[in-house]
Amino acid sequence: MHEVSVAENIVEIITQHVDRNSLNRVRSVAVTAGTFSGIVPDSLEFAYQAITDSTELAKSFLVIGQIPFVIRCRECSTESAGEEGIMQCPQCGSADTTVVSGKELLIKEIELDDIITEPV
Amino acid sequence: MSVVTIERKVLEKNDDVARRNREMFAQHRIFVINLVSSPGSGKTSLLERTLEYLRTSVRVAVVEGDVQTDFDAQRIAKLDVPVVQIVTNGGCHLEAKLVQDSLSAFDLEKIDLLVIENVGNLVCPANYDLGEAMKVVLVSTTEGDDKPLKYPGMFHNASVMIVNKIDLVPYVNSNPETIKRNALQINPALTIFETSCSTNKGIPEWCEWLKQQTKKSGA
Repeated sequence: MHEVSVAENIVEIITQHVDRNSLNRVRSVAVTAGTFSGIVPDSLEFAYQAITDSTELAKSFLVIGQIPFVIRCRECSTESAGEEGIMQCPQCGSADTTVVSGKELLIKEIELDDIITEPV
Repeated sequence: MSVVTIERKVLEKNDDVARRNREMFAQHRIFVINLVSSPGSGKTSLLERTLEYLRTSVRVAVVEGDVQTDFDAQRIAKLDVPVVQIVTNGGCHLEAKLVQDSLSAFDLEKIDLLVIENVGNLVCPANYDLGEAMKVVLVSTTEGDDKPLKYPGMFHNASVMIVNKIDLVPYVNSNPETIKRNALQINPALTIFETSCSTNKGIPEWCEWLKQQTKKSGA
């Protein structure tokens, strides 16, 4: 369950980009997670909600976009989206392949509300 | 509504500390392995056999990572090897900062090989670089031959796989060739050893290889 540690890193990066007084304006945070990044999106969303609860970021949420696992074969130059982690080219069977995508774990952007809505 | 564009790696802070660890290891010519596996695969037993074999020819130190207790550090300390125990208090993996903090306990000038025994977990430690030269993943014959396919992330990121408890093959319906074939589908570049900590089978081969790697790195 390293999603808690990942969520803590996300919060830290947010605080480096958003002024402390504006943290309650954060609406959403766009995160890109490859399907082979070891991240379970539901768990990460849950962890983020749990650690931001009762903080200025309580109302904010994550928008997690997934990138498929794709390998490229050096033998036959085919790019294929296969099963996570399998490095064998499904086209020619060669093991001489590289990962094109699927291992990313990036924070892309933060969306801020213009008007601060005070809690009732 | 306004948008702040960021484009940063979520784990860049850990990666930064790992880079600094790696620089420090290079400066002191220390070869570092990050030993990972599920709980109970035999990491500490393999380490004991490895230390017994290497301690007269290689100056080894050990960082032990566990969720709770210092039992493993006590086992290693009996072999007269410098050891630090990191207790993660529930944390499922070691992070580069924990390793960095533990290094102050060692005289780095007197170490050729540092073994970091990670928390027993085949998932989370895969994503955290500690500054090691390579990850060594241990899988035992009692765990099921499909482990590499079920936990591909770890096998993908490792350089070496050790198939341990090879002496139990006749009793547990395991085929080491299947384990190897599955692992090579995930990572065709894996260097593979077969070991038994009970009979010592394969221990000399693994230790000689490790000694060579340590020497090659300039230690």
